[in-house]
Amino acid sequence: MLDLDKYNSLGEALGAALDQWPSETCLIESDRERENVRLTYREFKEAALPLASALQRAELAGGTRCAILMTNQSKWLISAYAVFLCGGVLVPLDYKLPADEQLKLLAHSRAEFLIVEYHLWRAIMKCAAFSQIATRFVLVTEAPAGADLAGAHRWEDFRDARAPQPVTRGRGDAACIVYSSGTGGRPKGCVLTHGNYLEQCKSLTAWYPFWPGVRYLSILPTNHAIDFMVGFIGPFVCGACVVHLRTLRPEFVRDAFVRYRISYVTLVPAIIKNLERGLRERFDALSPAKRFLLDRSIAINKRLTRKRPNLKLSRVLLPAVHEAFGGELLALITGGAFIEPATLQFFYDLGIPVANGYGLTEACTVLTVNDLKPFRADTVGKPLPGVELRILNPDSEGIGEVAAKSATTMLQYLDDPEMTAETIVDGWLMTGDLGRMDANGHLQLFGRKKNMIVTEEGKNIYPEDIESAFERLPVKEFCVMAANYVWPARSMVGEQLVLVVHPEVGSKLAPDIVASLSDCNRRLANYKRVHGYLPWDYDFPRTASMKIKRGELAEQIRASVSRDSVVPL
Amino acid sequence: MTPLDQTTDQILQLAAKHFNVAQGDLRPDDDFFKKLGINSLQALDLLTRLEQHFHIELPDYELQGVSDFRTLAERIHARL
Repeated sequence: MLDLDKYNSLGEALGAALDQWPSETCLIESDRERENVRLTYREFKEAALPLASALQRAELAGGTRCAILMTNQSKWLISAYAVFLCGGVLVPLDYKLPADEQLKLLAHSRAEFLIVEYHLWRAIMKCAAFSQIATRFVLVTEAPAGADLAGAHRWEDFRDARAPQPVTRGRGDAACIVYSSGTGGRPKGCVLTHGNYLEQCKSLTAWYPFWPGVRYLSILPTNHAIDFMVGFIGPFVCGACVVHLRTLRPEFVRDAFVRYRISYVTLVPAIIKNLERGLRERFDALSPAKRFLLDRSIAINKRLTRKRPNLKLSRVLLPAVHEAFGGELLALITGGAFIEPATLQFFYDLGIPVANGYGLTEACTVLTVNDLKPFRADTVGKPLPGVELRILNPDSEGIGEVAAKSATTMLQYLDDPEMTAETIVDGWLMTGDLGRMDANGHLQLFGRKKNMIVTEEGKNIYPEDIESAFERLPVKEFCVMAANYVWPARSMVGEQLVLVVHPEVGSKLAPDIVASLSDCNRRLANYKRVHGYLPWDYDFPRTASMKIKRGELAEQIRASVSRDSVVPL
Repeated sequence: MTPLDQTTDQILQLAAKHFNVAQGDLRPDDDFFKKLGINSLQALDLLTRLEQHFHIELPDYELQGVSDFRTLAERIHARL
């Protein structure tokens, strides 16, 4: 891989990679059985330079913000490199958010440029707030001929043959603004520097290396901190290859493992659990004799890989399982949310190491990863090189809030010095997660201190972000809380949201209110829905500026009723 | 019955069969995640089944934000 200490920015490092491995394949984009794109590093450069040059002519200069709103595809990475080459700051937006929320984040980021896929642009154009869009230059990919683009330019035609002038950026300059939450409450735009990314990439690839010939299947959205690192920067600075799929149906994902002989993939817990379920069903359908042989092979594999993985041996012992994953899988990477140890152990026992880690966008990507020496299913691994962890105010069992000091800690939350000061204290990043360090230096997680949940799909849900969905309820006041925040539970699984409802004075929660509450809930995206409601007859404690004192309210509720009082919806 | 109603009806039939529920239990405005108790991956499976039936290709993004049969039918109908 490249010696990243030599470079000051992502643009410089990526540029060096493009020259270092000109004939290696860096990018494949497949759609069902068709292959849309296959690029070598040289071809990638040839695609990106004319775009960078045209962006420069459109005055994308050092520090100019450019948002990117696309599903995982080749144009995402080509555009991102072009922006870095111009010295721009990339704002990757979540393509899965509703269009009106994307517009709000776009406005919050004050991005002057936007690069967007046609179907997403079409949805944005239909929003009421579209007329106020302040982005001055929009590039749309894959627009059909004759489509009305409302003044936007076509990505495919936006080229300038003159050579672009690379713009120098320093390690302390912003590289990306990555949003770690939705927009309902306070948008959390993490400002991550070139130094953050280069340091993260160096430490992560020290434990999980890429090299030419390695193929990374990029499924997690590239706008997410994890895929941006392990599905773009990491493989590129090591001469490896990224595989994009335009269709993420399970059957096409399964085919891709075999067709492209995938080396690494990152999956959220929900998908890993789905894979586990599928494999268990297949095992259960085997004849008793075959099942006996399989169980025996698993037992032997388990014994022989106790201290460290032995992929060659596992592939011989359990050929059918490994061939289903393409036969060259080095590890499944999991991140974004907590995963149950039993699931991790299931895969490890089959000879498929799962690199389980822990991190947050505020820390660039990851803070700890399992180093597989030996594999541990009950922890989220050890701190990466350069990461220092501390457990604040530990209780009698050694459990307290995890704080981290690392060169990967973000610069700040965009335009929010107050929240930045609460989150980064004397150089320590307050994670809001509760953990304990064990004797071997592994971090174990036990729940959250902060009022939020993370879904199995890896989505951060801040309760205040979804309150607007219940705005019209005819009640005196209401708020949404994480159940584990109100009633602390030593668990990272089964997290739920609860709607606390205070009816008008002297009235009860009438059935029609419950019906309308349930209706509001149904309108939310399924992963944002509250699990139940809690009738509450007292005024919420509030600050002088009438904000709800959530911590105090949680204490009052905890002192008065148990979790069983929540009425499921 | 309009052509869109016919498409909706066929989707309800296929979904009922695919997830093994009584056909009369499903209505066009039902939230299929909730009614069928399925996750997004299982919904993608249903989409594949519908593509085979209607002989169309539906990009994944067409399902984004869609949770009721009626809207799904509209998306499919637009590609017939």
